[in-house]
Amino acid sequence: MTDFPWLIVMIALPLVGGAVVAALPAGRDPLARGLTLGVSLAVLVLAAGATIAFDTGGDRFQLTTSTPWIESFGVDFALGVDGIALVMLLLIGVLVPVVVVASWDDTSAGRRSMRGYFAWLLVLEAMMVGVFAATDVFLFYVFFEAMLVPMYFIIGSFGGPRRQYAAVKFFLYSLLGGLVMLASVIGLYVVSNSQLGEGTFAFDALRQLEIDTDVQKLLFLGFFLAFAIKAPLFPFHTWLPDSGAEAPIGGGVLLVGVLDKVGTFGFLRYCLPLFPDAARDFAPWILTLAVIGIIYAALLAMGQSDLKRLVTYTSIAHFGFIALGIFAFSTEGGTGAVLYMVNHGISTGLLFLAIGMLIARGGTREISAYGGVAKRAPVLAGVLLIAGLSSLALPGTNSFVSEFLVLIGSFPTRPAFTVVATVGIVLAALYVLLLVQRTMHGPERGLVAEEPGRFHDLDRRELVVAAPLIALVIGLGVYPQPLLDLIDPAVSATMSDIGSDPAGTTPAITEAGAGD
Amino acid sequence: MGASPVLDTARFDTVAVDAINAPDFSLAGITPLLCVFGAAAVGVLVEAFAPRNVRHPVQVAVALAGTLGALVACVLLAGTREVTAAQALAVDGAGLFLQATIAGLGALSILLFAERSLDPARSSFVASAAVPAGSARDRELMTAQRVQTEVYPLATFAIAGMMLFTAANDLLIMFVALEVLSLPLYLLAGMARRRRLLSQEAALKYFLLGAFASAFFLYGLALVYGSTGSVQLADIRAAGLEDSTSTLPVIGLGLLIVGLMFKASVAPFHTWTPDVYQGSPTPVTAFMAACTKVAAFGAILRLLYVAFGDSEWTWRPLVYGIAIVSMLVGAVLGLTQTDVKRMLAYSSIAHAGFLLTGVLGLGPGGTGSGLQATMFYLLAYGISTVGVFAVVTLVRDGDGEATHLSQWAGLARRSPLTAAIMTLFLLALAGIPLTSGFIGKFTVFRAAIEQGAWPLVVVALVASAIAAFYYLKLVVLMYFSDPAEDGPTVGVPGLPTTIVLAVTVSATLVLGVVPGAVLELAERAAIFGA
Repeated sequence: MTDFPWLIVMIALPLVGGAVVAALPAGRDPLARGLTLGVSLAVLVLAAGATIAFDTGGDRFQLTTSTPWIESFGVDFALGVDGIALVMLLLIGVLVPVVVVASWDDTSAGRRSMRGYFAWLLVLEAMMVGVFAATDVFLFYVFFEAMLVPMYFIIGSFGGPRRQYAAVKFFLYSLLGGLVMLASVIGLYVVSNSQLGEGTFAFDALRQLEIDTDVQKLLFLGFFLAFAIKAPLFPFHTWLPDSGAEAPIGGGVLLVGVLDKVGTFGFLRYCLPLFPDAARDFAPWILTLAVIGIIYAALLAMGQSDLKRLVTYTSIAHFGFIALGIFAFSTEGGTGAVLYMVNHGISTGLLFLAIGMLIARGGTREISAYGGVAKRAPVLAGVLLIAGLSSLALPGTNSFVSEFLVLIGSFPTRPAFTVVATVGIVLAALYVLLLVQRTMHGPERGLVAEEPGRFHDLDRRELVVAAPLIALVIGLGVYPQPLLDLIDPAVSATMSDIGSDPAGTTPAITEAGAGD
Repeated sequence: MGASPVLDTARFDTVAVDAINAPDFSLAGITPLLCVFGAAAVGVLVEAFAPRNVRHPVQVAVALAGTLGALVACVLLAGTREVTAAQALAVDGAGLFLQATIAGLGALSILLFAERSLDPARSSFVASAAVPAGSARDRELMTAQRVQTEVYPLATFAIAGMMLFTAANDLLIMFVALEVLSLPLYLLAGMARRRRLLSQEAALKYFLLGAFASAFFLYGLALVYGSTGSVQLADIRAAGLEDSTSTLPVIGLGLLIVGLMFKASVAPFHTWTPDVYQGSPTPVTAFMAACTKVAAFGAILRLLYVAFGDSEWTWRPLVYGIAIVSMLVGAVLGLTQTDVKRMLAYSSIAHAGFLLTGVLGLGPGGTGSGLQATMFYLLAYGISTVGVFAVVTLVRDGDGEATHLSQWAGLARRSPLTAAIMTLFLLALAGIPLTSGFIGKFTVFRAAIEQGAWPLVVVALVASAIAAFYYLKLVVLMYFSDPAEDGPTVGVPGLPTTIVLAVTVSATLVLGVVPGAVLELAERAAIFGA
């Protein structure tokens, strides 16, 4: 089965599915969502199959395919995954069906048919798979930019009251970053042209280039800006609260859970191996931004009155941890950061969905409108609590392992930054527990007191949405080893690319982490 | 000033001797030009002799036959390289590529001209241009079957002039071509059936400013001739400008560039563009925006590549500065526009700046990849532009086209297909991957970076991001806003516009997804001179 074109099928299937769903006649919404669920489950199966076919001890890039695409530029349609990309594909595979079920009964207030929404979801899935699976920088760029279009329509057509503003802001921020990256992509091509005799975009060839440090710095900044906006890193984050708050719940889960990971993935895949000298020179600055982000976003999260904006600020704080792990240049730190990317997708996804279920009952995003929901809907309160605990990295949940790895991996190389970042853990506990306390506990207040009938407990569909993610929160909290086995070799290879000490002792630490 | 009287006499003698020799004339090499000039001449005869009721179909057929014939001739001539007509015309890869582009885009524009089923007034062109606007007779003719069918020969002459412009190997011929292409355009701009005063104002503005620009060109020509002793591009190159003390030819070149940039609607020589684009009948706007741009850039490329290719220092700083101004003016001023056609005019100014980054990629002696990049960009941009204006002709209310932005609100609800097509073109103009615009931008930026102009490229990318805002604004209006109560309707296009839309949509996608073949074609064709 290793010859099976896993990655191509994982891109083509949702793309075709999206076209079919979009072409369905109006009024066939039930068929549209059924078809979407079927396709997204098939992608999940494919992702699982690809993981089985992937040999953890084998080459760095596996399941590779390559076809010439634009020969006069030397562009190949080249796909392949390393362990890092593979776990992201698994995350996509899990989150998309969950999102489809979560959006099952969504309506857009009679504005338009929901089949457009499901069609865009599938197109988005195809683009997300492509962005992680591309091993040609040009192809990566194409997916990176093309990914904006479906998300733009998801936010703009199906989002909240300020969706127009949010959609345009999202698109423009990302586009600006992408265009600056384009300059660097072209620059990289020109460098390869002068060094290798013919221009190439193949990641493996570009990695071998010996680039002058000053040129590296310029090229690095181009990539960095795009990824820092995408991640988003303080101070490039202002688009995320708007987009996350206005996006429909399903789109928001994918936005925060997967799309933003492209930024941190890009740091690891492109910024570090291609421009190691520049990465080392800039690391203190980036770490400063990361740590500011951790503290600043956590403080802002506490001050939010809007549920969805609160979750997006928690995400910005978490991205600070991921960036810390990446730019600490240690294998534990890097492995922790990648695991954090997966865990954050799961725990924030769950948090977003739980909040979505609350908003579906109350009809408003204002925190002050809720209080004492736990008495009416104890299961909902439980789901929100688990999501929150995972988000604050309580031992026993998935996030604990990754956060611990990041901190322990960063401390030897960057003690000062790590110490400051640790304050973020305390703040995380504050914003999560305050949220749970204000909305779920205490006497019934606000809407809950006025119209208690609306706050019924989770129905079967909502349980189906929450169950797999809760299982992953606990499962990966107790036994993260399978993911670590996938991630570790790829991170070691990345760290050896930048000439950092690859001799990490990850297994010992993970045992310590998993033992809790 | 520069040359001494003694030298001048010597030069005069040589010119006189040359003039006695009978010029060589390769008819085969200029078949594309003969096709369109022939069609234009036949069109004039049709106008004189054919009865009025058959003129329209006959004129359309003649104009299409001429332009498509020229396109075929260019394809058949591919690979030919010669200089003919007493060194005045060059037949070469780049020239043929650009001529084919102009002929193809010209044929598409003619199809837009020929659309008769959209407007209840039966055509976008006036029934009789001589009738004063607003008079009783004018109101009577508003819905007349009659059309001023001279628009077809005029357009064909303009296309012929444009093709000659890109083939001119001699500054005088270039000037003649400039006038041949401009004069019919001045007239065409004033021929709108609706909002005639606006249209006539546009024509007058275009004419006055255009005449001014021609004068610049002519003055530059005189200075270059005065200092190098020749109007032929090859001789100017041979005269050599290595001596940086000679300011005369540099000033002359600057003036020539001003004249050409005017036609290409490059800021700061762009002031006519928004008014003329807005006032002209939309098919004419499409024609001007696509074909004139190709022709003007064709001439700029040939001038800078052939005549001044060895002395890049003479034009590089100038073009560098103008490119930045044009990109920023187009991107920033476009933000404030409330009319679709004016917005697209500013977009065209910004794109002219992007094209100039490709021109900067020519490199010393034309060794860079700038020529092929600019050629591909021109093709991609021309196709999307014709397409985008074709969509503009579809959206109408009782007073004709509904070009105010607010009238486009909620268009996707009324006509999802039209909105989707418009979105595709807007994404292409914004340069989003998987459309032709992205590949075009990529090629010109690559060419510029290869020549070390990366600061310019960074400015270009910022300008692209700013310009993306107004393209998105229209997408937001079409998709995310609720339609107005008495909003416009989307007309059902007749066969000509349907063909145009089908061709432009598929070309925009094909050039974006599988551009390999066309890129290779441009690469092979990227050569000027024999």
